[in-house]
Amino acid sequence: MTAESSRPRVPQGAGSARPGYNYAFLDEATKREIRRKLLKAVAIPGHQVPFSSREMPLPPGWGTGGIQVTASLVGPADVLKVIDQGADDTTNAVSIRRFFAETAGVETTTSTRRASLIQTRHRIPETPLAEGQILVFQVPLPEPLRFLEPRESETRRLHALAEYGSAYVSLYEQVARHGRIAQSYDYPVMVGGRYLMRPSPIPSFDNPKLDRNPALLLFGAGRERRLYAVPPYTPVESLSFEDRPFAVERSPQACDLCGATDSFLDEIVADDAGSRLFACSDSEYCNERQRRLGRSVVAP
Amino acid sequence: MSRALQEPAAEVRPLLSVSGLTKDHGGGHGCHDVAFELWPGEILGVVGESGAGKSTLLDCLGGFAAPDAGRADYQSRLFGPVEIFGLSEARRRRLARSEWGFVHQDARRGLRLSVSAGGNIGERLMAGGARHYGDLRARAGAWLERLELDPSRLDEAPRQFSGGMRQRLQIARNLVTEPRLLLMDEPTGGLDLSVQARLLDLLRGLVRDLGLSVVLVTHDLGVVRLLCDRMLVMERGRVVEEGLTDQVLEDPQHAHSQRLVASILPV
Repeated sequence: MTAESSRPRVPQGAGSARPGYNYAFLDEATKREIRRKLLKAVAIPGHQVPFSSREMPLPPGWGTGGIQVTASLVGPADVLKVIDQGADDTTNAVSIRRFFAETAGVETTTSTRRASLIQTRHRIPETPLAEGQILVFQVPLPEPLRFLEPRESETRRLHALAEYGSAYVSLYEQVARHGRIAQSYDYPVMVGGRYLMRPSPIPSFDNPKLDRNPALLLFGAGRERRLYAVPPYTPVESLSFEDRPFAVERSPQACDLCGATDSFLDEIVADDAGSRLFACSDSEYCNERQRRLGRSVVAP
Repeated sequence: MSRALQEPAAEVRPLLSVSGLTKDHGGGHGCHDVAFELWPGEILGVVGESGAGKSTLLDCLGGFAAPDAGRADYQSRLFGPVEIFGLSEARRRRLARSEWGFVHQDARRGLRLSVSAGGNIGERLMAGGARHYGDLRARAGAWLERLELDPSRLDEAPRQFSGGMRQRLQIARNLVTEPRLLLMDEPTGGLDLSVQARLLDLLRGLVRDLGLSVVLVTHDLGVVRLLCDRMLVMERGRVVEEGLTDQVLEDPQHAHSQRLVASILPV
């Protein structure tokens, strides 16, 4: 290897990246390490790969895992979308989008269709994803067996031996207590029939979207230092009992702003009298529908 | 001599055959060169003072500790004849949650205290692939009744149970997969005498009905007299005497066994 080829190649962006920082904030060696770990994660769908998570300029719990994955992947040709609970205009989404616009000079968008790279917290967009797109999840707790097994050494062994009986114990407890599987978010899934995975705290409403999704799904847990992945078209099955099948909970309402009946709704207290408004949690999807209906767009 | 009394049929082999089992904790602690055979349907008592190596022996057999030397041949329903210390971890764990049971002295070690009684009993079934909630519940309820626990407490967590009830729940949790081999470490320890008596009575019936083979570690010779067919006496990690229970208790040969027997409190 020559000195020339071992020198990090810094992408030259179309937009201007902020001087004084390396492209996309992280140094090239760190981004390379994350990409290598992501390749491993893609090779073993659903398996948690440890990585050397770095300090980021925001606290753990605010998406440091997702940001590091995005930073390692983003390039000048990318179009970046960032959502928080489905919305493009919440503090965290705005800040992370601006962070990459500044440090990587990348083009940003709110359009799910236009984006090549989407970082998300707690939702999968309503607009179906396509081949070639990458969805990056921010993950607070990556270990699906943590509820019943506090020891990391033991959970690793359970994954290695595919001993997932205890995962059903927590489902059993829910049915025994509530008469149904009451878990409405972070609902555990089996990836490719092999690894048990936490899909991050997305609503179980979004679980069916994980199954055989044409996009690449990447998961980053910054504080817990784990990466995992669901490659395109991987079968993802939500855990259930034979006589208590997995069912998506749908609200009986339609969106008050766009009338959608097929989207995940947020319940919003509208005034001091306690009246309530139901609106799509996916702001772009909602705005798009309002526009097509010829209404003046109201942000959910 | 004990062998002549039992005279097994030609094709019957010991369920578990242990030889040369050694686990050295240093300073003479642990167990040394332990050998015994356990026959189908038999209850073998292992007695000795605290520190004699009884629990180390049981921990090795149960997979909680790796022995330094020795072998243990086991007749598995799933895999045929196997040497358990040489098994892959995957196979050993599979046996441990289906064909074997381990009853800890402290029921808290063997139970999930925050999970309901039904969930505790159902766990091994779920680990074995049972995925029908109604079925799991029915079987858990049946096992509660079998262990003389109130089936209406199926959804209560074991922290609300008394010590004796917890111990029975722990046994139910182990027996639900109908194991062949049950390893018990002081199952009546810490229980008051009337609760002990009931538990022993229950155990005797279950062992007979299910055709279980049991290795039972205890320091209580009363428990051995009530339950065990044969017994081993251990002292400082070694087996110093082995024989039929009545024989050893009535006519102990080794000085240590004689001391143990002499120390039984007359009631």
